[in-house]
Amino acid sequence: MTDLSVKFCDVRFENPTVLASGVLGVTASCLRNVVNNGAGGVTTKSIWLEEHAGHKNPTMFGTEHYFMNAVGLSDGGMDKAMAETFPEYLENKPAPIIGNVIAKNIHDFAEVVEKMTKCNPDIIEVNISCPNVDDKYGKPFSCSVAGAAEVTKAVRSCTDKPLIIKLTPNVPNIGEIAKACQSEGADGFTLINTLSGLAIDIDMRRPILTNKFGGVSGPGIKPVAIKCVYEVSKATGLPIVGTGGITNGRDAIEMMMAGATLVGMGTMVYYRGVEGFGKVVEEMKEWCEKNGVQHLDEIIGVAHNA
Amino acid sequence: MDIKKFDSRFQALEIKEIVEESDSVRTFIFDYPLGSKPGQFVMLWIPGVDEKPFSVAWDDGKEFWLTICKVGPATEELFKLGVGDKVGIRGPLGTAYKWKKGEHLAVVSGGYGAAPMYFVTRKAIEDGCKVEFLTGARNKDLLLFEERVESMDGVNLHVSTDDGSKGHKGYVTQVLDKVLTDKSVDKVFSCGPELMMKAACEVADKHDVDSWMSMEKYMKCGIGVCGQCAVDDSGDLICQKGPVMAYDYVKGLPELGKYHRDAQGKKHYM
Repeated sequence: MTDLSVKFCDVRFENPTVLASGVLGVTASCLRNVVNNGAGGVTTKSIWLEEHAGHKNPTMFGTEHYFMNAVGLSDGGMDKAMAETFPEYLENKPAPIIGNVIAKNIHDFAEVVEKMTKCNPDIIEVNISCPNVDDKYGKPFSCSVAGAAEVTKAVRSCTDKPLIIKLTPNVPNIGEIAKACQSEGADGFTLINTLSGLAIDIDMRRPILTNKFGGVSGPGIKPVAIKCVYEVSKATGLPIVGTGGITNGRDAIEMMMAGATLVGMGTMVYYRGVEGFGKVVEEMKEWCEKNGVQHLDEIIGVAHNA
Repeated sequence: MDIKKFDSRFQALEIKEIVEESDSVRTFIFDYPLGSKPGQFVMLWIPGVDEKPFSVAWDDGKEFWLTICKVGPATEELFKLGVGDKVGIRGPLGTAYKWKKGEHLAVVSGGYGAAPMYFVTRKAIEDGCKVEFLTGARNKDLLLFEERVESMDGVNLHVSTDDGSKGHKGYVTQVLDKVLTDKSVDKVFSCGPELMMKAACEVADKHDVDSWMSMEKYMKCGIGVCGQCAVDDSGDLICQKGPVMAYDYVKGLPELGKYHRDAQGKKHYM
């Protein structure tokens, strides 16, 4: 019998699948439902200091090969998180919760992490890589070594919680950026955030998404994600939540072989429904049993040995 | 477009015809085999403006209708469009009302909830059903579709208005109580404001008749991803398990008739 449990930053997860930030994470009920359907853990939507309006619709669509969104990080802010989402979820907590935060400048990042610490998540994930808020606030911090390091330094001093940084793949040097975060005290990483893309409706002769540009996710981006996880794992040796294009058990195993300890899934829900979490876990278990894997530690990062 | 094949991009469609239903309600007609069932909805993209969910008012496999009330900035822009202008459609989405051939149905609508109930009624009549069509509004000018329904065989029309300007003076639920007392009805379907639907289903419960309602929650994506339409405490998505849901399920939701959530997920009490 394979034991699918993993430890990530000293937090035990019953299985390595976690809900990625941005999908289904609006309320505690919604997060709880994801765990009930088999996820080993959940990540909140990106939480801002204040209530934040997203972009107008259309904000998302899917195809067979990829999915695109430009929701623009709509959120009820820290007040809602503190008053409702966290207390309701933590009362009789079904699985670990990763609190994802976002801010528009260094000062606000520090403040939002301080407040998130009070919400008492198991892990704090700092989103410095959303491609959909560029226009308002300049390029994401994770687009440069200096920017990523600066945010990490500022938030590290604000929390004792395990701190992981969510990175963008839209750079030529993700390993270098990750190393800079590591030297400022990051405990791990989540990668990848979505790729930056554009889709045009040819019958309408205009971009589909109201924000024009959007983040690309889904099956088509998996090789990009696998490579980024491989590179960051090699560069830092820190634990990673590997996310991007994972839709089945074999994908999840592949992601772990690249160096991920946890496997994040968001867009998978579009293809397989929320029930997909349980199915992916079952598929992982089947593969492990067929291949004589007793514990997932045996496969994390094995591709690096080749 | 086929949602099942994972393509949820838009179908660009020209508006074929626009029917003025009242000062603030229009029916937009499209030449397109949507293939929707009564109770299902589509996401309608008004280019450069917004994209919103609307239930289907009629679909014969060749054309479909969307009956839309001007309620906010997006619909105001939609009302500026004319015949030949293009919009984007994705769907059909969500669950539908279901019945068996020859059943006796009572459909209860409030305000523009009458449009999807018209779709139910016409299709149910094709299936040899008998339909009690109950519709209510604040006054006679806000009644919808009652003239179309009046002319249909196999349908008994029951009109009520709050001010008594047409039909029964009072609530549609009072009329439902009487209909269910006088007649043997198999199923009750309701569509309209949440408090009205809740009241209608409570009346159905009292008479031991199964009932369904069409839940209206803030929907962003309509395709089961964003989580905006998740209800407490189950976390179920209304765009997937609804909008048409059995009252037996809905009555267990703590938010029923109490609050809804906005685009940021914050609660607003009714």
